Amino acid sequence: MTPIQLNGQPTQVDVEPDAPLLWVLRAELQLTGTKFGCGMALCGACTVHLDGVPTRSCVTPLGSAAGKSVTTIEGLQGPVADALRAAWTALDVVQCGYCQSGQIMQAHALLTVHPQPTDEQIDEAMSGIICRCGTYPRVRAAIHQAAGRKA
Amino acid sequence: MTTTRRRFILGTVAAAGALVLGWSVLPPRQRLLTDDPLPVEPGQAAFNGWVKIGADGAVTVIMSKSEMGQGVLTSLSMLLADELDADWGRVTTEMAPIDKIYNNISVVVDGLPFHPDSQGLVRRVASHLTAKAMGHVGVMMTGGSSSVKDLWLPMREAGAAARQMLLAAAAQQWGVALADCRTERGQVLGPSGQMAGYGSLVAAAALVGVPSSIRLKTPAEFKLIGQPMHRLDSQAKITGSGQFGMDVLPPDLLYASVTMCPTLGGRVARFDATQATTAPGVRHVLAVEPLHGGTGGVAVIAGRPWQAQRALGAVSVTWDHGALATFNSDAVMTQLAQTLEDGAKGFSYYSTGDADAALRGAARTVSAEYRAPYLAHATMEPMNCTVLLKDGQATVWVPTQVPSMARNAVAGVLGLKPEAVTVNVMLLGGGFGRRLEVDFIAQAAAIARAAEGSPVQTVWSREQDMQHDFYRPACVSRFTAGLSAQGGLLAWKNTSAGQAIMPQVLKRNFGLPSGGPDKTSAEGAFDQPYEWPAARIAHEAVDLPLQVGFWRAVGHSHQAFFKECFLDEVAHAAQADPVAFRASLLQRHPRHLAVLQKVASMSSWGQPAAPGRARGVALHESFGSVVAQVAEVSVRADNSIQVHRVWCTIDCGTPVNPQLIVQQLESGIVFGLSAALYGQIDIVNGQVQASNFHDQAALRMNECPAVECAVMPSTEPPEGVGEPGLPPIAPAVANALFALTGQRLRSLPLRLA
Repeated sequence: MTPIQLNGQPTQVDVEPDAPLLWVLRAELQLTGTKFGCGMALCGACTVHLDGVPTRSCVTPLGSAAGKSVTTIEGLQGPVADALRAAWTALDVVQCGYCQSGQIMQAHALLTVHPQPTDEQIDEAMSGIICRCGTYPRVRAAIHQAAGRKA
Repeated sequence: MTTTRRRFILGTVAAAGALVLGWSVLPPRQRLLTDDPLPVEPGQAAFNGWVKIGADGAVTVIMSKSEMGQGVLTSLSMLLADELDADWGRVTTEMAPIDKIYNNISVVVDGLPFHPDSQGLVRRVASHLTAKAMGHVGVMMTGGSSSVKDLWLPMREAGAAARQMLLAAAAQQWGVALADCRTERGQVLGPSGQMAGYGSLVAAAALVGVPSSIRLKTPAEFKLIGQPMHRLDSQAKITGSGQFGMDVLPPDLLYASVTMCPTLGGRVARFDATQATTAPGVRHVLAVEPLHGGTGGVAVIAGRPWQAQRALGAVSVTWDHGALATFNSDAVMTQLAQTLEDGAKGFSYYSTGDADAALRGAARTVSAEYRAPYLAHATMEPMNCTVLLKDGQATVWVPTQVPSMARNAVAGVLGLKPEAVTVNVMLLGGGFGRRLEVDFIAQAAAIARAAEGSPVQTVWSREQDMQHDFYRPACVSRFTAGLSAQGGLLAWKNTSAGQAIMPQVLKRNFGLPSGGPDKTSAEGAFDQPYEWPAARIAHEAVDLPLQVGFWRAVGHSHQAFFKECFLDEVAHAAQADPVAFRASLLQRHPRHLAVLQKVASMSSWGQPAAPGRARGVALHESFGSVVAQVAEVSVRADNSIQVHRVWCTIDCGTPVNPQLIVQQLESGIVFGLSAALYGQIDIVNGQVQASNFHDQAALRMNECPAVECAVMPSTEPPEGVGEPGLPPIAPAVANALFALTGQRLRSLPLRLA
């Protein structure tokens, strides 16, 4: 039995501790907002926060989340999350949307560490999340907007 | 109004409290009413096959096109909501059932191999007959940048029809003249201050028949069309609540993982599941045959995804590699080039004058050969499909661009009538043409049959997805152009060679033989606005066993690179500026000229770029739209290519939503640039060498140029938007690299020496 703090709720997860956190979230805990894209931590679609740190859940065994706080896109809240979602909506960032959970989770972590990120910091933080639809220019602009600056 | 045949009695309240509107009879080839009335909630009415309105005033637009990022949920809703005079804030969407009124007409008509300039009788008759036929025997299909074009009139008519019915109902209630009533944002307003929300009129509208004549708005009356309305699907996609294929969670869901023969088209000869069957959570292990052009493999069904994935590793399989075991992409490139070398004439899609004679009279000739590789689609969401077979009925949840083909595929595998199969079209995590195929859907049905009674979700790994795609065909193209002593273009000869897509699609999906040339392989080479004084543009279809498919922009994806780069070579030989040279060939094409001149001015073409940078231009027409791009590039210390900025203009006819159009241009540019820099699928002995994003890279945030777009104003009917942004980017970048380095890159992906 693996105890985690899931989106603020203490949760006991009764599956194999070596099961990938991504699939535990999706299939066992029925939280499908975190996506599967590559299975090798190359694309970032599976990004969650583990004690606030952006983590690729597809290569993270459930066991390594034991006793930790796990935040998924469904549980992302607070003023930074609100600012990101408002900017994402205002700038019509999303296209297919499949990578967007990962984009937002990663962007949230970036703004938490760098409230006014430079373009270089955005590049460094966000280049791990692949988007095939080409939302990059708007993701960048939305991060700047959420940070309270014009893009 | 009277009708002689009525399928449904006007104004009845059906057993469940549903209102059935006067589903009166319209001419057989109409696109307003489905065969069966749409299901409705209590108090809600379906005014036609495209819109329902509830007693609370909520407007539900029936969405017959798949949302794969291109924004149709929003743009198509705008068409109907504008004519309806709906309150945009009350508009939501619901995926359509399968019905022939949703068949894609325009994409088939536009697929006929005519030059865009051709306005003759043959084209008009062929287009008319094709449209009529497709209304009956066509398919529901999202693709070919055709959604807005296909539904520009039908959805507007549907909204206008519903509005007229609401007006008639209100006028009747108030005892006033119809002409004295008007509509505004979800309300009917009467001559003496009367007001009624649409919701309150739904019951009364049930007594009004579908109007026999429908008046559409003039552009001056548009309230939504032409405005940058925000996307309707943002909320779902930024909260994680949007339902993609894999997100459906029916009760007792089982999960399946599959490993297919590493050789494309191969199948399982035998397999040993002894260890796998006893692995934790495993319910079934089975072999699945190649279906609809796909590849056979072994599937494991288990209670949890990781259980299925792991048990798969414990299955030992002996493969029957099949006919593609000797297929090598290297050899294909050689073969295609040899075909041209041997003088293949191909099918001539366009010719004018006597190109050979003109070449003989030229002061100077320029020749070159261009190449493009096979490409994978690599949608972010891998192939997946969920199927429940129970009590002789099948329910399917699938991200698909072709719902009716999906239904037929599942019905075929399960031995059911199509009517026994319900297809739920989910959000697509990218389509790009991959989800025009039904191989993975038929496979999922075959897998689900083994667990009859329980829903089974089959999800491909990234590796399986990358290695079992329907690749964009490789192509080789040869050009010769002739110039006069003054540097004027005299002749343009072009023959390309590659696999044809349509014949394979017809065979693997419909069992039909192909007839006629496959325009989708040649498009982009011949259907262009340049006023070549003498030209012959042809394509030789080479029949090979590899299953190829539609990749975003299809033939344009390689033909534009070939054509725009060679045109640049010719301009250089003529010592002419690339923009000016193109302009000289567009004297009778003001629309294209305007697009070119706009991008030149946006990019300050006449002025030199910053030190270490250079610009290149490309102009291309595809899917009815004209796009010009300028790319500004530099070369990094490690000789890799950096694209700093892209300027882009489009003329796509009436811009329905300028924000979505710009978004799609950005999309096409990034997708096309990703392929231009990294796209190359090598196939050795029938096995795709790449497997994931480490060996088939995708463009990332730090490599993405700044993009600036302009949408030309127009009052012509809308043309394509989803794909036209892609074809010009590779040549614009290649032409910029030539200007910067003097290296002429004639193959993709782009690599500097």
